[in-house]
Amino acid sequence: MARELTYIEAISEGLREEMRRDPTVFLIGEDIGEFGGAFKVTRGFLEEFSAERVIDSVLAEGAIIGAATGAALAGLRPVAEMQFADFISNGFNQIVNISAKYHYRNFVPVPMVVRLPSGGGIRGGPFHSVNPEAWFLHVPGLKIVAPSTPADAKGLLVSAIRDPNPVLYFEHKFLYRHSRGEVAEGLYEVPIGKADVKRTGTDLTIITYHAGVHWALEAASALAEHGIECEVVDLRSLVPLDRETILLSVRKTGRALIVHEANITGGVGAEIAAIIAAGAFEHLDAPVRRLAAPDTPVPYAAPLEEAFLPNVAKVREAAERLLAY
Amino acid sequence: MSKIEVVMPQLGESLTEGTIVKWHKKPGDKIRKDETLLEISTDKVDSEIPSPASGVITKILFDEQKTVAVRTVIAEIETDEASAVVGASAPPPPDVRKDKPSAAEKAPQAPARPAPAAPPAPAPAPGRFYSPLVLSIAREEGISMSELERLPGTGEGGRVSKKDLLAYLDARKHGTVPPVQDTPSASAPAHQASAPRIESALKHVDSGDLVKKYPAPAHEILQMSNILMKMSEHMVRSVQTSPHVQAIHECDMTAVDRIRRKNAAAFEKREGFKLTFMPFICDAVIKALKQYPLVNSSVEGDKIILKRFINLGIAVASENGLIVPVVKNAEEKNFTGLARAVNDLAARTRTRRLVPSEIEGGTFTITNFGVFNTTIGIPIINQPQVAILGTGAIKKRPVVINDAIAIRSVAYLTLSFDHRIVDGALGGSFMNAIVTHLENLPEDLVI
Repeated sequence: MARELTYIEAISEGLREEMRRDPTVFLIGEDIGEFGGAFKVTRGFLEEFSAERVIDSVLAEGAIIGAATGAALAGLRPVAEMQFADFISNGFNQIVNISAKYHYRNFVPVPMVVRLPSGGGIRGGPFHSVNPEAWFLHVPGLKIVAPSTPADAKGLLVSAIRDPNPVLYFEHKFLYRHSRGEVAEGLYEVPIGKADVKRTGTDLTIITYHAGVHWALEAASALAEHGIECEVVDLRSLVPLDRETILLSVRKTGRALIVHEANITGGVGAEIAAIIAAGAFEHLDAPVRRLAAPDTPVPYAAPLEEAFLPNVAKVREAAERLLAY
Repeated sequence: MSKIEVVMPQLGESLTEGTIVKWHKKPGDKIRKDETLLEISTDKVDSEIPSPASGVITKILFDEQKTVAVRTVIAEIETDEASAVVGASAPPPPDVRKDKPSAAEKAPQAPARPAPAAPPAPAPAPGRFYSPLVLSIAREEGISMSELERLPGTGEGGRVSKKDLLAYLDARKHGTVPPVQDTPSASAPAHQASAPRIESALKHVDSGDLVKKYPAPAHEILQMSNILMKMSEHMVRSVQTSPHVQAIHECDMTAVDRIRRKNAAAFEKREGFKLTFMPFICDAVIKALKQYPLVNSSVEGDKIILKRFINLGIAVASENGLIVPVVKNAEEKNFTGLARAVNDLAARTRTRRLVPSEIEGGTFTITNFGVFNTTIGIPIINQPQVAILGTGAIKKRPVVINDAIAIRSVAYLTLSFDHRIVDGALGGSFMNAIVTHLENLPEDLVI
């Protein structure tokens, strides 16, 4: 039976139900226990699971990541939280040098999850709105997921917790309460490394994730009124990338537009564009284009943030220009 | 300093593309005006192209062996002269000169005049970009580059997109192809445009695929030259257009042969080239065409276009392939004039010094397969003409004259004609006129 949940409710539910199922799953992060979390994801968890499994940590991301890594090596399944994805930079060394590389060196798995509330559109400013997934795309040994819908959010969280590798789970702050959708009851897994075609079409492929999926779907609806059918590929996982689904779609439509909220240079879109150029060259009827935020920190002032972020109108315009090529 | 764009010239009214055979300069080289910049090959002639300006070559945009549409920019020259898009000028017609029998001397040419600035190319523009996908589809469907270049495109800058190409393929399948923009032939004289313009029947096949089916060393795969491809297409099209019927007549060439032998030495001394049978045959053909003008015509739908001029095509086997240079206004020429014209055209055909206008506009063609010892031949009509005369080898044969057997020089002349408008009666009468004329030439004929 399916009912509608918001994105944030789906994450809470997945976390809670997985903790009920598996006693080795525990949480560590800033303000997650007594306060219930900065965004209230873990409201009620302290009461249900006790302080041993819901740890209010010190304000030190290196310690959070380090402790989680150690716990994972000892056989537990920690789900660490960065209060804002931006703060991962303080735990960068632990993540890239320890969590990511440990298994390569010692063959001991590191089954940890780091939850990272990322993304802008909430007037958070430059230190509370970042999308840093591209930094970690480049680190072998990590998996990265980025759900766009409540159903995917719950299923991917479950898969991430059950995965024996360190998984960075980017949850989009704007989608927390702005994305609603059907979520099945009970525990289920959405496979990591598998994209989802959220809309089929023949004229243009839009490859995206997070908020981009929603912009793309809305732009596609508008374009459909003019007889243009866009295909929207929701990546869902950034590492591993689902190359097969990406290439199949681009070979079908011949035109690819990559959309993401993160800054354009060196973003995930650049990697995807290279994959398409190599794997679908003879099928391209137009150059591969990206729509992303410009290369500046995320502005605080509302009009500036609006100019900075992609949105439905910008996606539509980019799609139209690509179709006109 | 200004930039001059050199474009692929249009050497003949019906030509739409040219192949770059050899660049004589590379980027950075200096060039003088009229100095040879490159050599190109079209389906009819090869030509050296002189530079339209003096300066320095800054860009060579296409490699050798690349075929590009006419008016495509192929090179750029940095020059002091005023900037313009200048068509690389075609060489002017050479003077008709005496040729030494053995030498293949190049006639000195008047200095080339630069062509006037080419008008802005109408859509479809030359040198358009074709995406990898469009080229893949074109390759799979056997669409030639020249066909692609004529398609209108709805993409940016008139680009042919996948959608445009698929629409064209669909229309072609259903026989509803709209008339494609083919500016060169739009301005061609009517007698050139009469043959229905059928797209290349030749499907491009990738040699990579063929090698598996026809492996070396038992097989060798050759690429057909442009001239060969055009000949292939023309022959298929001609047979599809004209219902061919033949009338074969025996012709006693003894009288002609006597006149020829009697005048050979003096003729060669005077003209500088050998006296052959061809001028006699041409002369007879012209007289017969004047008597039977319907054989000197072409067909447009339900109309017959009679020509009040005779442009006589003489088929020449050159090392490039079969080429048919044309003696324009042959009806104005006397015997000597015909002899000179035929000799000059044949010589320049073999040295590839023909001008494109010399291989266009024929109204009747003569092909001499007798030189290959063929006794009787069945030639294919040279479209858009309605008849072609083939002459076989002249051989001594026993013939019956006045109920006695005599030894005579005999040739078989074949008229292949288009039975849409030329019937057996006309064909036979026309041939009778030729044969009668040739068999009754007076021995004291002054040539």
